[in-house]
Amino acid sequence: MIWQLDLAILTLVVVAAVGAITIKDLLGSAILFGAYSFMMCLLWSIMGAVDVAFTEASVGAGVSTVFFVAAVFRTTRRTKD
Amino acid sequence: MRILGIIVVILTGALLIYAMGDFPSWANPVSPAHNHVSPRYIEKSMEETSVPNIVTAVLADYRGYDTMFETTVIFGAGVVCFFLLRIPRKDEPTVRRYRHTLTGMTIRVKETRKIPPVLEEFERIDTLWAPHDLIIKTACRILVPFLQLFGLYVIAHGHHSPGGGFQGGVILGASMILLAISHDLRTAIGRMSERVHAILCPVGVFIYAGTGALCLLLGFNFLDYGALAGILHVDPVTARSHGILIVEIGVGLAVMATMIWIYNNISSKGRYDEGL
Repeated sequence: MIWQLDLAILTLVVVAAVGAITIKDLLGSAILFGAYSFMMCLLWSIMGAVDVAFTEASVGAGVSTVFFVAAVFRTTRRTKD
Repeated sequence: MRILGIIVVILTGALLIYAMGDFPSWANPVSPAHNHVSPRYIEKSMEETSVPNIVTAVLADYRGYDTMFETTVIFGAGVVCFFLLRIPRKDEPTVRRYRHTLTGMTIRVKETRKIPPVLEEFERIDTLWAPHDLIIKTACRILVPFLQLFGLYVIAHGHHSPGGGFQGGVILGASMILLAISHDLRTAIGRMSERVHAILCPVGVFIYAGTGALCLLLGFNFLDYGALAGILHVDPVTARSHGILIVEIGVGLAVMATMIWIYNNISSKGRYDEGL
């Protein structure tokens, strides 16, 4: 475990998480959430939990991002609040 | 109200971070989880189930109940999405668009006009978003069989490498979703109709629960795959390995069908007509 790499990915996780809930554009929010999931996947694999990382990559970063994009496409792109 | 919410969130977060101090540190050998539970799995799982990947052995055998109800949760998510979004009546859009495949010209047909018969030269396209891209279509069509092969590999090879029913099922579902995105929703539904998802989804859960019930009928505990030794004509240890494979197939079927089902309902607003 290289701590510099760990720190960089952790910082990106926090940045992506805060960005995903504060951004006004819902499509951008969905994509930031996908980036967050991918960074979490990297963290899991750094910690040696390869099965969890695989699930996070396929479900979190892959399919759920597609669901969010489809939902945004069928509703509105900007939030009301 | 907004400030109150922020204060509550910050307080909860601070409490959670404070409580983290009581947790055992990462990879601490004397933490409660590592006292007798982990050594037991690490030392015994190979000789008891003959599955090299300990995670798969724990997930599908020792903790089989959890995985079964996780599969049921996935099935429930698909059914809820269906009941919330699906519009059963034939609700056609007022305007349809067709593309002449030879010249690339698009025509718009209003509801009052007569819808042209199905012709070879005209293909129906989505009203909202229909850029035509031959490269993307061809690349995705070539990619789909390899994705599906990889999904099957992940399910079948979960005993030896990371993977299993959930991941493999999601990859299989993603291959159909890729087809729906790169072509259109009608192509994907033509390959795999709504009835197929609606049947495969409970069938997957049924394979899992049915394996458990079969063990129960043979006089063993629920989900004790050693009971299948008599049926499969192998020793009980190999029977547990085979039982894990059977339930992984069930999980894979349920997850694949649910992913496609949810995507179809969300992207077409439940109309199954024009997708993303």
